[in-house]
Amino acid sequence: MSRIASEGAPLVSARNVHKSFGHNEVLKGIDLDVMPGEVVVVLGPSGSGKSTFLRCINHLEAIDRGSIMVAGEQIGYRLSGERLTKLSPRAIAAQRRQIGMVFQQFNLFPHMTALENIIEAPVGVHGHSRKDATDYAMELLARIGLTEKANAYPRQLSGGQQQRVAIARALAIRPKLMLFDEPTSALDPELVGEVLATMRDLAGQGLTMIVVTHEIGFAREAADRVVFMDGGLVVEQGRPEEVLANPSHPRTRLFLSRFIREAA
Amino acid sequence: MSSAAEPMHDRQATLRDVANAHRPVEWGRWLLWAFVLAVSANFAWIVAWNPNFGWPVVAQWFTAESILRGLYVTLGLTVVAMVIGVIIGLLLAIARLSDDRLFSGLAGLFIWFFRGTPLLVQLIFWYNLSTLFPEISISIPFGPTLVSWHTNDLITPMTAAIAGLSLNEAAYMAEIIRGGLLSVDKGQTEASDAFGMTRARALRRVIIPQAMRSIVPPTGNQLISMIKATSLVSVIAMADLLYSVQAVYNRTFEVVPMLMVAVIWYLIITTVLNIGQGFIERYYARGERGATERMPVIAEATP
Repeated sequence: MSRIASEGAPLVSARNVHKSFGHNEVLKGIDLDVMPGEVVVVLGPSGSGKSTFLRCINHLEAIDRGSIMVAGEQIGYRLSGERLTKLSPRAIAAQRRQIGMVFQQFNLFPHMTALENIIEAPVGVHGHSRKDATDYAMELLARIGLTEKANAYPRQLSGGQQQRVAIARALAIRPKLMLFDEPTSALDPELVGEVLATMRDLAGQGLTMIVVTHEIGFAREAADRVVFMDGGLVVEQGRPEEVLANPSHPRTRLFLSRFIREAA
Repeated sequence: MSSAAEPMHDRQATLRDVANAHRPVEWGRWLLWAFVLAVSANFAWIVAWNPNFGWPVVAQWFTAESILRGLYVTLGLTVVAMVIGVIIGLLLAIARLSDDRLFSGLAGLFIWFFRGTPLLVQLIFWYNLSTLFPEISISIPFGPTLVSWHTNDLITPMTAAIAGLSLNEAAYMAEIIRGGLLSVDKGQTEASDAFGMTRARALRRVIIPQAMRSIVPPTGNQLISMIKATSLVSVIAMADLLYSVQAVYNRTFEVVPMLMVAVIWYLIITTVLNIGQGFIERYYARGERGATERMPVIAEATP
């Protein structure tokens, strides 16, 4: 667990992030730094704003106040001198190209095979040659154990297989940062394990990951840091063995007790 | 005791195996078939031997040069107007769905006007554009003129027909395409965004291919209406299929046989288009449940 680079610049740095949908304030001032190579698991009850926060990091949602920096660039904006201006959609698209994302509903492209899904962004967005992209895609498919499904369409795969292909698709752009938005919540219970195993492999390889999930077991085994969110705020964070075993905040204790009772 | 009962039991199981079941004899359905066939055969017989249809005249004119020329005009006009209509319709649909108030407002105005007025009136207006605007010029608003044309040099029956048909078609296609784009799951746009695709690329590679499944069937419908809508251009002296048969029966007074020539040609075109539509629909259904192109892999829930 000494992978955490405690010095140097953080890869992700969120400051006082606010976000409202209409009159409903979902994020009420989030501060969070993620160091390169760190695996951060965000836990919290439904409606705590954890998914919204994740979606703000690659600007799928625009924030109302505060700032988010990824790899030294402010997401969605540019500061020139004293003047902060919104970026064009094209420039925002360029910023997203270093961030991989995995969705709860997989969101694979249903009209493309697994292989086509994986090479779509490397070829079409990053301008890699088809051959290089295919070679790397086959390497990724081998890593997730789905080489023989390269030419299968998403509909022909089980939910767990689809999500593993979606992870490979996100990895294919060689991202600096991976975002996981409840990657196992839409899966049948018996298929959760294979996806978590894939994610644990990645965590062990020094990839920077922010994972929003309900899987306490994954947090315990793979996280460098657990962040607990409630009511649009970070209420507690720390090493998993500390936060999960000995939560200091009453909300964390309540949330965890519910899961531990379920597990028992 | 049990040894005697078991073969009996087996025999029962064999008899009850649904794989060996017979179809019940459906006398009612046979009777209905016989009745419908008899009535249709009789109707066909009556039509075939009715001298008023003038079948020899139909046969004589069916592949006449003037009719075939009219047929080419109808086909050409349909293809050109449809292609322009689909392209403008796509741009309108994208503009209509954009967050930009200016674009979506302009697209809405276009669709409102061209769907809200009869095609026949639009065609006549295009044809008589010169009475409204004797000259068409490109200039800086309220400033100097850069280029200018006489409207009568630009508007021939052909250009009036193409303009009228394609702009009207664009308005309808815009709504069909917009519906198709909206039918695609929002997660697809999000995934495209998350991968840093530009809006144009996301539309071209991800959204439109999936929208095609719901765009193709109504577009086939539009194409078939378009073939028949081209017959309206006969009012602005455009020599399409209908105009060509009219030109003949105005001389020979064989109205019904000549109309039968046109009807049969329209039916032939429509039939060919229906078959083509089936192929296109199957192509865009790939990746869907039941489609087994490329690789018949069935999902197996591996642990």
